Amino acid sequence: MTDGPAPVLAAELVRWSWIGDHLDDIRGDLVQHVELTGLALLFGLLLAFPLALAAVQWPRAYGPILGFTGILFTIPSLALFILLIPFTGLQIQTALIGLTIYTLLILVRNTVEGLRGVDPDVREAAQAMGYTRGRQLFQVELPLALPVIIAGVRIATVTTIGLVTVTALIGWGGLGRLFIEGFTLNFTTPIVVGIVLSALLAFAADLLLVGLQHRLTPWARSGGG
Amino acid sequence: MRRIRLGGVAVAACLALLLAACGGGGDKALQGGSQENGGSTVTVGSTNFSEQLILAEMYAAVLKKAGVKVDTRLNLGSREVVFPALEKGDIDLLPEYNGSVLSFLDPKATQTTTEEVNTALSPLLDAKALVALDASPAEDKDGWAVTKETADKYGLAKISDLKGKAHELVVGGPPELKTRPAGLPGLKKVYGIEDFKEFKALDAGGPLTTSALNKGDIDVGRVFTTQGAITDNGWVLLEEDKPLEPAQNIVPIGRKDAMTDQVKQALNAISSKITTEELTKLNQQVDIDKQDPEKVANDWLTQQGLL
Amino acid sequence: MGGDAVNVVNEVVAWLTDPAQWSGPDGIPVRTLQHLWYSLLATAIAGAIALPIGVYIGHTGRGALVAVNLTNLGRAIPSLGIIILAFTLVGFGLVPVLVALVALAVPPIVTNSYAGVRSVDRDVRDAAEGMGMQGRQVLWQVELPMATPLIMAGVRTSAVQVVATATLAAFVGLGGLGRYLIDGLAQRDLPQVVGGAILVAVLSLLTELALGRVQALVVPRGLAGQGADAAVRAKVEKAA
Repeated sequence: MTDGPAPVLAAELVRWSWIGDHLDDIRGDLVQHVELTGLALLFGLLLAFPLALAAVQWPRAYGPILGFTGILFTIPSLALFILLIPFTGLQIQTALIGLTIYTLLILVRNTVEGLRGVDPDVREAAQAMGYTRGRQLFQVELPLALPVIIAGVRIATVTTIGLVTVTALIGWGGLGRLFIEGFTLNFTTPIVVGIVLSALLAFAADLLLVGLQHRLTPWARSGGG
Repeated sequence: MRRIRLGGVAVAACLALLLAACGGGGDKALQGGSQENGGSTVTVGSTNFSEQLILAEMYAAVLKKAGVKVDTRLNLGSREVVFPALEKGDIDLLPEYNGSVLSFLDPKATQTTTEEVNTALSPLLDAKALVALDASPAEDKDGWAVTKETADKYGLAKISDLKGKAHELVVGGPPELKTRPAGLPGLKKVYGIEDFKEFKALDAGGPLTTSALNKGDIDVGRVFTTQGAITDNGWVLLEEDKPLEPAQNIVPIGRKDAMTDQVKQALNAISSKITTEELTKLNQQVDIDKQDPEKVANDWLTQQGLL
Repeated sequence: MGGDAVNVVNEVVAWLTDPAQWSGPDGIPVRTLQHLWYSLLATAIAGAIALPIGVYIGHTGRGALVAVNLTNLGRAIPSLGIIILAFTLVGFGLVPVLVALVALAVPPIVTNSYAGVRSVDRDVRDAAEGMGMQGRQVLWQVELPMATPLIMAGVRTSAVQVVATATLAAFVGLGGLGRYLIDGLAQRDLPQVVGGAILVAVLSLLTELALGRVQALVVPRGLAGQGADAAVRAKVEKAA
């Protein structure tokens, strides 16, 4: 034992009995993870849409908007969460604000690219046919931009699923709690469970969104996903 | 177009379901502070460490037995993150250590005995609408540990043995060790121990310090005296032969408005019964045997007739 | 509240401009160099692993589905979990940091190398074979040079992500700019946390810009402005 606990645990990467005993906790963590991800995406979309519209409407605003959200993206997530604590404590807002900010860059960029990618001829045709700006946007441009927008939602979703684990350091974490538990106990089982489940969750979410993308845009099958 | 509308409705419906699920989410899901359940719920919090988890589970169990509505938010993070949550009201109660809280609230504090620490702590807590309940005789003090090999090599049994040898040794501990009176400055002042060869900022008695000490990346580590890791690794805990480290009695610290007489009574019962030896044993059950803190806590309480 | 914000900004500026901050083993230069060292090492190792894999898949076409989707799925890798797992298995040291950062850096390089090799025009490949080149020669003398823009783009993406994530090193007790985040939190020194965050953000942006220049320099003359290039890049970016 003079070598420390490490050799004992290396031989036992996963203690299945521990998993069996903690199924309820693990399920709770998974639910929290899904809810945090879902809410962050929801708020991200709600905020990104008007920002993207503004960027398309006023092309000169696009540079600054992209620049600003780009800078936010490079701020280490842990720092952002720590900075929010004095204001929002350990309430869920702290985690959500941070998570939403990170989804913004991806969603804004993809939504703008998608909208801009609409053939100018199509736009002109719609105008010629007498579509109002609103109808044009929602019935012509948006549907055509959908593949790229959903690609953005895919990226944002998968990124957020990874980022949620960092919120374990500020009282949340979803499956990330298992990492901290394993860390302080010097115990690999919860860590492995956490990694495997978050990977599976991301994989499932990605598949779901690819399916959604195909259903919503039957005319635009971007080959290769 | 129709398919998009249907698709859009489907997506909206899913999101709505998600939001609805949030409202009625399970205990672990999206619970915030205790305000939601109408004032009388006590939310017990804790940091990440096994001892904290055990104590918090004990508090929750006896409060439940006393008929108090209890909610637990454990494993929240480090004290820097968790104590402000107490101040803010996100949690109502924390198992704490009087000496650590004192130096947390007053980084220049130098009091050492239990009485001095409690006296100095009282007004600081008062100012934040917090109150410390009865302090337990059980203590989890800050200590210094070396591996058996190092102890043999340099002839180290007590802290003052480090004098004259520090420049050959690397010391590791939490980042604030460098500046706190009970840390490196204290070793200099009270023991005359000169500067160590190197200081590595790791953690407070956590996995980083444990691993670094075992692997030889540090020679002297800051540990907590009830840690299971000390016996598990065969470390030598250097004897504190001069007064430096403050008392670290286990004490429940809670928000004044949540600490009713009922709550106080239930918690003080634990504080009077728990001892340092018992606490060390319980830590070992969680740290080394990987038993559940809740089970360990409940078993002990049942044994003591508190449940 | 507004007054508080101004206060914090002042304190952060004071922290960043304090000469004490720029010297010594805890100083910004040392920490930055450590940070860059971890990042460089991880990106190099990732490149050594990912490039051959991506190029092989691109050249032979086997395993294309994996290559195309790897970047997106790679985003889900919980770096915090990986570093904690590696630490629990291996203990204190540089290895856990490298494992986590390499895991992060590999996917974009695989996807982009694959796309780069794949994007080489059918006609060009046919012409090369028509000239008598064997598979290997086609690979080294035609496909790889033409894949350079996309490969460089992949390396650039990875490098920037690695620089932004190398703050994790401090989480397991090592150095780098992440120390300001961890120490700032422990010492309840908010200006230190903000200062550290700003430094990391600036370093990430500089990395992005610097590698952008390298990318421009490395693209073989005659390939600049290739239409097929842009189309494939767009396709890859959509999928990735």
